[in-house]
Amino acid sequence: MSRIATFGNDLYTGRRSIDFVGRAKTWYAISAVILVVALLGFVVRGMNLGLEFTGGSEFRVATAGAPSDYTTRATDAVRETAGAGASANVSVIGGSTVRVQTEELTSDEVRAVTEDLAGQFDVQPAEVSASLIGPSWGESVSQQALRALVVFLALTAVLLALYFRAWKMALAALIALAHDMLITVGIYTWSGFEISPATVIGFLTVLGYSLYDTVVVFDKVRENTADAFETRRQTFAEAANLAVNQTLVRSINTTVIAVLPIIAVLVIGFARLGPGTLVDLSLALFVGMTVGAFSSVFIATPLLAQLRSRDRAVVELDEEAARYHERHPAQQSAPATVGAGTGSHAATGSERQSTPTRPREEAPADPDAPQTVTGRTVHKYAQAGPRNQPRRTPRSKR
Amino acid sequence: MSTERRDPIARRARRVLIALLVAVTALIGALGAGVTFSDANWSPRLGLDLEGGTQFVLRPVTEGGQGVSSEQLEQARDIIVQRIDSQGTSGAEVTTQGNENIVVAMAGRPSAEQEDAIRASSQMQFRPVLATFVGSPQPEPTATESGASEGGEPESSGEGSSESPSASPGSSSPTSASRDRARVAPAEQSSPPQSEGSEGSEPAESASSSATPTEGEEGAGDSATSSAPQGGQAGADPFGWEPSGEPTSPTDPNNISKETYEKFVDLDCSAQSSQVPETNPDEAITACSEDGSLKYLLGPQVVAGSSITDAAAGYQTTPQGQITNTPEISLSFDSEATKTYSEVSSDLVALPNLGQTPANPPSSYNALATVLDGTVLVAPGFREAIPNGTASITGSFTIEEARALAQSLKFGALPLSFEVQSKADISPTLGSEQLRFGIIAGIVGLLLVVGYSIFQYRALALVTIGSMTVAFGLTYLAIALLSWGYNYRLDMAGVTGLIIAIGVTADSFIVYFERVRDELREGRNLRAAVEAGWERAKRTILVADGVNFIAAAVLYVLASSGVRGFAFTLGLTTLIDLAVFWFFTHPLLTLLARRKFFASGSPWSGFEVETLQQAGVRYRGRAQFDLPSERKPRAGVTSDGGAVL
Repeated sequence: MSRIATFGNDLYTGRRSIDFVGRAKTWYAISAVILVVALLGFVVRGMNLGLEFTGGSEFRVATAGAPSDYTTRATDAVRETAGAGASANVSVIGGSTVRVQTEELTSDEVRAVTEDLAGQFDVQPAEVSASLIGPSWGESVSQQALRALVVFLALTAVLLALYFRAWKMALAALIALAHDMLITVGIYTWSGFEISPATVIGFLTVLGYSLYDTVVVFDKVRENTADAFETRRQTFAEAANLAVNQTLVRSINTTVIAVLPIIAVLVIGFARLGPGTLVDLSLALFVGMTVGAFSSVFIATPLLAQLRSRDRAVVELDEEAARYHERHPAQQSAPATVGAGTGSHAATGSERQSTPTRPREEAPADPDAPQTVTGRTVHKYAQAGPRNQPRRTPRSKR
Repeated sequence: MSTERRDPIARRARRVLIALLVAVTALIGALGAGVTFSDANWSPRLGLDLEGGTQFVLRPVTEGGQGVSSEQLEQARDIIVQRIDSQGTSGAEVTTQGNENIVVAMAGRPSAEQEDAIRASSQMQFRPVLATFVGSPQPEPTATESGASEGGEPESSGEGSSESPSASPGSSSPTSASRDRARVAPAEQSSPPQSEGSEGSEPAESASSSATPTEGEEGAGDSATSSAPQGGQAGADPFGWEPSGEPTSPTDPNNISKETYEKFVDLDCSAQSSQVPETNPDEAITACSEDGSLKYLLGPQVVAGSSITDAAAGYQTTPQGQITNTPEISLSFDSEATKTYSEVSSDLVALPNLGQTPANPPSSYNALATVLDGTVLVAPGFREAIPNGTASITGSFTIEEARALAQSLKFGALPLSFEVQSKADISPTLGSEQLRFGIIAGIVGLLLVVGYSIFQYRALALVTIGSMTVAFGLTYLAIALLSWGYNYRLDMAGVTGLIIAIGVTADSFIVYFERVRDELREGRNLRAAVEAGWERAKRTILVADGVNFIAAAVLYVLASSGVRGFAFTLGLTTLIDLAVFWFFTHPLLTLLARRKFFASGSPWSGFEVETLQQAGVRYRGRAQFDLPSERKPRAGVTSDGGAVL
């Protein structure tokens, strides 16, 4: 506990810092691999559209325990009504429920098959759930899902543009969003689950969550970089990185707490229920929330730093911050400058984290800098003393 | 304690908590009252997918396979409702969905006949009336006097005679002579010749007033029912019937076969039937009036309902342009039907009016019934031939009734068939299993969250658990109340939404606690930190819940109906989360911060001030800190930094 709290403290103050921005290439590589794996899902397994989209009939028989020859029994029941050529896709879900999917049958055929199935599995007809989806219904459901996706994305883009009023932020958030979406859908495809309307609403919810996650981080980024622009002591990348670190504990806690109930649903659902509204939705949300938390920390912010690294204001800031660091080489409290030199820094950053002061501290450029007994440099604030007090802003602006 | 009393913040916090308690009690009371005095239930109503039952999604389509307008959809919905009602299926719900579908949900599983009857196509037809009779068998059909003595006699009800429904050329008619006659003094208008079939010696208006009850309006409707026994003296089969030859015209009673007549005799309009309504335009059919008080034997179709071009209700205007207070329905036909209608009306007008008593033996009468889906909407007689295809119906109906009737005529005109879009029979066993595991998953999820918050926040988890409990209680109450008041049904998607919402609700506590911790790190004492943290967390929570709520609302609008419940519960819990956070969590934490256990920063309190402040960081503002030099990190210390990844 105390270690976590200390860790939180350290992240907050920037004393310990994980170099999210500087090691962008590493994160990009990781997410590229995941993305490729996810996209392979589309190619290898294809989108498995559920009955609601394609039309057809589905029966679920609640048996006491599925007999071993359930496939034959179910197929027989279907063929009795629909003809010998009829195909049936039979599976057992949740241990005791037999699911039979067939081509679209007429309402009367559904009734007949229901009774046959009840006979075959020796249950009451009332124990058999039957659903019939007409082709035009499936079409309208698909259209609705597509429309929902388009409208939601458009709304999101508008919201982002309005909220950030900086197109680069909006763009970074949007890329992170697309990244989440592709991975979520890809992994869902790998799972072999059918895409149902529940899945679609799950995907849309993921969009919302992921967007919100990014907004929380970007809010802090904006706050910190605004400070940096004023004090001229931090590069843009440093300020952004500090922001991610400061929100990290919150991001982790939020995600863990949000995902915990979903995991419970998934485990129980997989074991006992099989595909259905509950499991479809939860699976989409589980993947999406996890990926969303990852992308807001590892993708969105580094991307933003890179997008802005060529802005004149940012270049100027980075130069001034670099000059400041040169003037006060040993006093750096934030991770080494990243900015334009992202690549080279990532190359040197072989350690898991870039602790403050690393690169320049090692250089014996300033042996006269004040040092503690243990030989470490005295912190810049301690060094500069009270004269260095920055202006206090009113509470409301902090 | 005495210091607390003087502490305005604590006092306000306590007051808020008490107010919340009162509000929750009031809600429980409301639900309890609902349970006791009304049909509310302590448990929420469940959706079909949890309770078991059958759901159809039907799409009404017109002949050309096209969709329908929203008015037609409403009309179609009414038709379906009527069909289901006539089957006696209880607890069925018929709703429209989007702009094109009708959703029928019912408990249990309908039989094949019931199902066919529900989704049979509907068609409006104009058919001549060949016979009428009391809608349902009279228990004591002997009292011939009683009916007459009741106030329903035509002559005793002034408006009964003056406002009888009768079709006359509409106001736009160019044939002025007859129109004037019809409009100026409908009551005085001389009736078409009366003859054999009609028992009453009343003028035509009153004679046709016996057709009035078909619209089911009060005054004349009563007269029909009450005077029914008069005609019903011979019991269920007052007139034996055998067609005497081949029919020569639609109005010829010979259209009635023996079987049809027997069916007519057996027809009981108050009984439930799952018969598909007859619509064959070439045969005589039986039908009931809307309120079931009359049954009709109708000849073959003379004009199809689809030839109605418009129907509107309004007040009758005199030729002088004055508006009377007589409601009328004006009806216009397309050119082809105009001709037929004109012929039919001139044929009919020469025929005897329907008798004032409902027992009219099979014959030809001056009455043309508009029948929709086995129900006679209106069956007026003609005062004169209508050559121009614009008829006006007046009768003893109120303007509202006239409007409703006009709506039916206008939007029911097109023949509709119902395509089954989707159908689901859900077995109650499977449904309850889904619910059971859903609840188990929810409880496990809740325990996991509680466990995690104990791990993270120690004693503070009590606040979390308390808040979760309150949130759960409020959600449950809200859903139970919504079930009662708004017919809300909790479905599987809704349950999923509730489970997912556990995380959302817990998130707001995390934001709050982390904010307070941040404040502690900056060196505040707990009391101040709670207040300062609240100020900051408040904004975050508002934004977070705002975003969530908007997302839920958008999802609700966009999602397909089956999963709408998810968006609904997500939105609902977001609101409840906000309320709980505001009115429970914050006041509770404010009070707890004044307890010694928390304020002293006990290591188990979750606000172990010592640890939080041991960093010794002094916050200077603007994310700048004073770090004591001896605590400065050693270069390359990576301890547990990597573990987070």
